[in-house]
Amino acid sequence: MSKQQTVPMIFNHVRDMNWPTLNQFLTATALPIVGIVIFLGLWSLMAKNIDTSLGTFPGPKAVWQQAVVLVGEHNAQMDKADKFYDRQEQRNATRLAKDPDYKSKIRDFTGAPTFFEQIWTSLYTVMVGFIVASLLAIPLGILCGLSKNAYTAINPLIQLFKPVSPLAWLPLVTMVVSAVYVSSDPMFSKSFITSAVTVSLCCLWPTLINTAVGVSSIDKDLINVSKVLRLNGLSHVTKIVLPSSIPAIFTGLRLSLGIGWMVLIAAEMLAQNPGLGKFVWDEFQNGSSESLARIMVAVLTIGVIGFGLDRLMLALQRKFSWDKSAVLR
Amino acid sequence: MYSLKLLSSVKLIIKSLRVVLISTVLGGLAIVTGVSAQELGWPEKEELKFGFIKLTDMAPLAVAYEKGYFEEEGLYVTLEAQANWKVLLDRVIDGQLDGAHMLAGQPLGATIGYGTKADIITAFSMDLNGNAITVSNDIWKEMKKHVPHEGGKPVHPISADSLKPVVDDFKSKGKPFKMGMVFPVSTHNYELRYWLAAGGIHPGFYAPHKGDTSGQIDADALLSVTPPPQMPSTMEAGTIHGYCVGEPWNQQAVFKGIGVPVVTDYEIWKNNPEKVFGVSKGWAEKYPNTHIRVVKAMIRAAMWLDEDNNANRPEAVKILAKSQYVGADYEVIANSMTGTFEYEKGDKRDVPDFNVFFRYNATYPFYSDAIWYLTQMRRWGQISEPKPDSWYKDIAKQVYRPDIYAQAAKALITEGKANAVDFPEFATETGFKPPQTEFIDKIVYDGSQPNAYLEKFAIGLKNDTKI
Repeated sequence: MSKQQTVPMIFNHVRDMNWPTLNQFLTATALPIVGIVIFLGLWSLMAKNIDTSLGTFPGPKAVWQQAVVLVGEHNAQMDKADKFYDRQEQRNATRLAKDPDYKSKIRDFTGAPTFFEQIWTSLYTVMVGFIVASLLAIPLGILCGLSKNAYTAINPLIQLFKPVSPLAWLPLVTMVVSAVYVSSDPMFSKSFITSAVTVSLCCLWPTLINTAVGVSSIDKDLINVSKVLRLNGLSHVTKIVLPSSIPAIFTGLRLSLGIGWMVLIAAEMLAQNPGLGKFVWDEFQNGSSESLARIMVAVLTIGVIGFGLDRLMLALQRKFSWDKSAVLR
Repeated sequence: MYSLKLLSSVKLIIKSLRVVLISTVLGGLAIVTGVSAQELGWPEKEELKFGFIKLTDMAPLAVAYEKGYFEEEGLYVTLEAQANWKVLLDRVIDGQLDGAHMLAGQPLGATIGYGTKADIITAFSMDLNGNAITVSNDIWKEMKKHVPHEGGKPVHPISADSLKPVVDDFKSKGKPFKMGMVFPVSTHNYELRYWLAAGGIHPGFYAPHKGDTSGQIDADALLSVTPPPQMPSTMEAGTIHGYCVGEPWNQQAVFKGIGVPVVTDYEIWKNNPEKVFGVSKGWAEKYPNTHIRVVKAMIRAAMWLDEDNNANRPEAVKILAKSQYVGADYEVIANSMTGTFEYEKGDKRDVPDFNVFFRYNATYPFYSDAIWYLTQMRRWGQISEPKPDSWYKDIAKQVYRPDIYAQAAKALITEGKANAVDFPEFATETGFKPPQTEFIDKIVYDGSQPNAYLEKFAIGLKNDTKI
């Protein structure tokens, strides 16, 4: 191969690579930016003209300022926490000196949770609720998909409970959790259990329904293969049913997680459980001139996290899906 | 928070190692110097969670926390804002909260079984005064015509006489006149009722024995419950025409330009007892030392709040303005906390005793204060049966616990953190204030004769009347 031939070959190779055209590039990155800029412009224009009793509606600038303030508050609180631990250590030591039988321990910081700690609490709660719901919904969905009789039996219940709002469940869940979950040194706080259970109850249904549909619509050929190979029940589920219904299950899971996140914020608001919902409610109650901007920070955070969770599920779906060519969006 | 816990548990291990080291050194020292035995025992429970409602009179709790008074008693307290008074009380009853900032009527109401039945006691009164009655701009415009003026400004106190024509007008047009208060057994409910009734406006009776707990029987003005922080927005939405609430929610109405405070509770009854710190009786029996230490820390906080003629108030306002406490703007909270009160926008007047936390024995739980609330419960039918004078005293003694307060105060005096002259003479104090004369309608209240007191009111249930 001569040198003269290699250059065009490389050139051809580069040309044949799937480079996005200028047009495609513009569509993929520029358009979203245009969208965001227009949104920010409209937002700040409208905000100026909305006069609430707490002052004008916050524009992008005010919201950004409050986001910076929230970061500052978080850092200040962390400093306070460090001092708290130091003081506690000294106090324990003094007491041990006077009272040698004392079993000293270091207690958690007693200060109010910061915005970032609230975010973490919400994420943790929604994940626990979602996982519990999925562990129930997927097996139940497979059962419904495999057996027409089971589906007919369970279907009315699904249809009955699916449209129930989390806010309707909440008082019942709260009372039941306080009555049933009694322990002197609980591992989880009651408010955590209440939120997680409410999330579970509401994000059970999409996974359940989608799994059932996915399982019941497996290609007849595959089922016949299973019959020919005389696969036992367990192998049939793991080798044939699960792989072929993965896309449907993940569609359900994505829907469930989205619903779970929405439900959690509402539940925290109403039940005063720690988390982002409580943050929003507390700020609303404060009614200070910065409250609206702070709430707006939370709103955007909730959106960004919701988006992130959805992308996470999408990535998982891509990883587990056998059909890599399918277009997932 | 959970990641933080993980992190802190790592820190914990390192720290507990250091603690052992320091304590062995200090322990050696202690043997040498000889530490005197302490009178008050160690707290039985060290990690506590207290609830509060976003009102400026929760200040003793915030100050005791921020100034480290709780920690100095060996208590690790978490303060948590609650959604409303009912949630707060329920959580104290079921043990999710160790104690809370409560309405004076709540421990009494719970003990006699009005609403949720539970034994709640109090050994610490949190403040005097601090509430006001606000009406919407429209109502004020009508009311103002009947208010006497001097030098272009309305003469205070404004009685409900000037509101009566407005209410009559509503009545003749067949429209309901609605006002908000914060809870059926709240100070605000009784103050609002007292003020309305003193002006000839009937606020309505309760009849719990008939299942009627709306409190609107025979009412000229219909009162209903709204949580304090939602008062301004509820009035702005037109659902209520006015309300009685604690600060900063009256000053908030002035700042938002949606209403005008017409009268403070200081003018309705000078130095009236307000919030208390309530705990369940079972809790208090299980953790006596903890309870005394909590009261000690709160007495110190109250002292700090009133020290040097309110010199610390600006700092207190800064604490309260933090979003985890009251969270309203500094200026709004400062208006009432620093000894002034703004009625109509621009009409700012001095009310140095608008919020009293320690002066005039504000923190001492007087039996006569408890009995006043009980008389008002009887007056408006929440207590449906006539009761003898002795019953009032028995209930007051069950709920109000000056004995615990006295132990805490004495401990502070021994430690040199407080002066005996600032407290009542514990050996001789009966718990009954002398007859009080400073009510807006000039009716004298003598706590030792509740039934005779009830006879003096034109509107309200008497000794033997029943609905």
